[in-house]
Amino acid sequence: MAQHTNSGNPNVDLAYRRKKNAEDMKHQVISFALMIFLTLVAFFAIGYDKFSPWFSVPFILLLAIVQVGFQLYYFMHMSHKGHELPALFLYSGVFVAFLTIWAFMTIVWW
Amino acid sequence: MSTVARKKSLIWDYLTTVDHKKIAILYLIAGGLFFIMGGIEALFIRIQLAVPNNDFVSAGLYNEILTMHGTTMIFLAAMPLVFAMMNAVVPIQIGARDVAFPFLNSLGFWLFFFGGLFLNLSWFLGGAPDAGWTSYASLSLESPGHGIDFYVLGLQISGLGTLIGGINFLVTIVNMRAPGMTYMRMPLFTWTTFVASALILFAFPPLTVGLIFLMMDRLFGGNFFDPALGGNTIIWEHLFWIFGHPEVYILVLPAFGIFSEIISTFSKKRLFGYSSMVFATVLIGFLGFMVWAHHMFTVGMGPIANAIFAVATMAIAVPTGIKIFNWLFTMWGGSIRFTTPMLYAVGFIPSFVMGGVTGVMNATAAADYQYHDSYFVVAHFHYVIVGGVVFALLAGAHYWWPKMFGKMLSEKLGKVTFWLFFIGFHLTFFIQHFLGLMGMPRRVFTYLPGQGWETGNLISTIGAFFMAAGTIVLLVNIVITTVKGKKAEADAWGDGRTLEWAVSSPAPEYNFAQTPLVRGLDALWVEKMEGKKGLTPAEPLGDIHMPNPSFLPFVISLGLFISALGFMYHNDHSWGLMVGIVGLLITFGAMFLRSVIDDHGYHIHKEEIIEAEKKGAKA
Repeated sequence: MAQHTNSGNPNVDLAYRRKKNAEDMKHQVISFALMIFLTLVAFFAIGYDKFSPWFSVPFILLLAIVQVGFQLYYFMHMSHKGHELPALFLYSGVFVAFLTIWAFMTIVWW
Repeated sequence: MSTVARKKSLIWDYLTTVDHKKIAILYLIAGGLFFIMGGIEALFIRIQLAVPNNDFVSAGLYNEILTMHGTTMIFLAAMPLVFAMMNAVVPIQIGARDVAFPFLNSLGFWLFFFGGLFLNLSWFLGGAPDAGWTSYASLSLESPGHGIDFYVLGLQISGLGTLIGGINFLVTIVNMRAPGMTYMRMPLFTWTTFVASALILFAFPPLTVGLIFLMMDRLFGGNFFDPALGGNTIIWEHLFWIFGHPEVYILVLPAFGIFSEIISTFSKKRLFGYSSMVFATVLIGFLGFMVWAHHMFTVGMGPIANAIFAVATMAIAVPTGIKIFNWLFTMWGGSIRFTTPMLYAVGFIPSFVMGGVTGVMNATAAADYQYHDSYFVVAHFHYVIVGGVVFALLAGAHYWWPKMFGKMLSEKLGKVTFWLFFIGFHLTFFIQHFLGLMGMPRRVFTYLPGQGWETGNLISTIGAFFMAAGTIVLLVNIVITTVKGKKAEADAWGDGRTLEWAVSSPAPEYNFAQTPLVRGLDALWVEKMEGKKGLTPAEPLGDIHMPNPSFLPFVISLGLFISALGFMYHNDHSWGLMVGIVGLLITFGAMFLRSVIDDHGYHIHKEEIIEAEKKGAKA
């Protein structure tokens, strides 16, 4: 079925697969380097005392979201085909959680 | 059949089974027993309220009975009975040989069973929980004794089982569909199971969190809900209803699915507006997460919150209305057969619509200040849960009984059950709308004469006995059928449309000798219309790989049960902590064994399958 199209099938053209794997590897290395860089930036933002917390807290949260994206799409292969359904469930879960917290923060009186 | 070679005692077979059809039977029996217990509790409630100033039970005992009635019916009767239907039917409907994780399926059942057992032990160990099925924190924290602890720990264990079951069905429906069974060819019961499982996935974690908070507060010195120490008692209400409202849809969506199958089969028509049915199901599931606070209008959230949640709630009436009209249009012009399941389906439509209408009334926040905590609300949710879910479970039990047990339930007794139950249901709950409007509060153990509530309450009690009589007739029906019922055909009702009616009744343990090729919606009907006897196979006949039975799910669940008992008493007795830890060791030990033992399952060989299929064809 469609979910298994990215599983290893030895009959598929070997040269193509090798090229694809090399490309994947390149993406992984780049995103790994970026993630280390972003982590350093986050530490710097907190450590540098000229930045007020009003800037640095939202800033590192933004970096965290980018990191989660890298993690999911490059290291856990969500960018590949056949991950539409996990993505659907993941985003529905995020949406429901977001909606609940949003409702608490805006309209619900504690 | 290969079971002949692997013969073992019936009890050991069921204790260790990982077969979805046998787990369905386990769910049916356990859920049925809890349904009867909850029903007896309901009868006690109605006897106590039959006349003013009654002293059939004391006030404290009444609170316990009322709490256990609600908790039992929702968590230990309705949920497992829904799971019984899902397990019995869904894998066969999608052309699969089992669920995706047979071991987890068994674990889910045993967790539910031990959780339910634990909850009901409270009757013998110093008193049941008495803070209502919602167990609002400020009340439940004050409750003396261990009643609430039984509630918290018992629901935590059975909730784990439900979560496991839900995830299992999600994975099964995503991955195990037969070739050609696209999403938009899935029978509606499979669709509603899919959406209900997604709701379980998202709704049960908030309950788990709430129960952990309550457990911390009651047993381990926490203060999550104690305002005097910086806690907030309202958080429980939010967490409970963020779970509690989707829970209603977890129950009622599969009920919609069951009725969609029944109405289409006995109208001999394709379901009207199939794609809009699917759309409405998904939409109801989606909206179900945005309305929880309508249970809390009188908490004091303020006019903006109340207004937004009121409008969101009313929006749910739209997809539900779509469904109602689709069922009516399915019947319109159909060749209708009034079998027992069809009677329930036809009785369900007006009953459920009444529950829906009072739901919109309750959703009107300003008016809700009048209805809140009155019998009007009691009438509303019984119309939805009994008129929707219980009717569906009874209908489904009659409809799929031949598929589960291989014998047809008596139609004559089935119709007697229906009429007794249907009349009793309306007799019991219709009058309660008016009792509520006349000011009778819910959850009171008695009332004074001279307020105009006497007649209404007496009628309501009489109705409850009609429902009890209906249930007894059903039990008699089951016994008679089991002893001397006639053997059911594969297509037991003669008009089956979906895949489960293509395999023998009861289905062989491997379900399909050859995985079928699905060529359209209502796959079996498509084949029948082309004059074919069976399904088109999608694979050659070959050996079938089966999972081995396992006793470990029982042990894992038993460990948690022992552990819960220990931790509950750890403040009173020194042995408590020890027992609690030993229980956890049993659980984790069994999980460790599961991880290290290599279990490759076994094969049913081609010759055995040919043999079994020949026997099945003759019967």
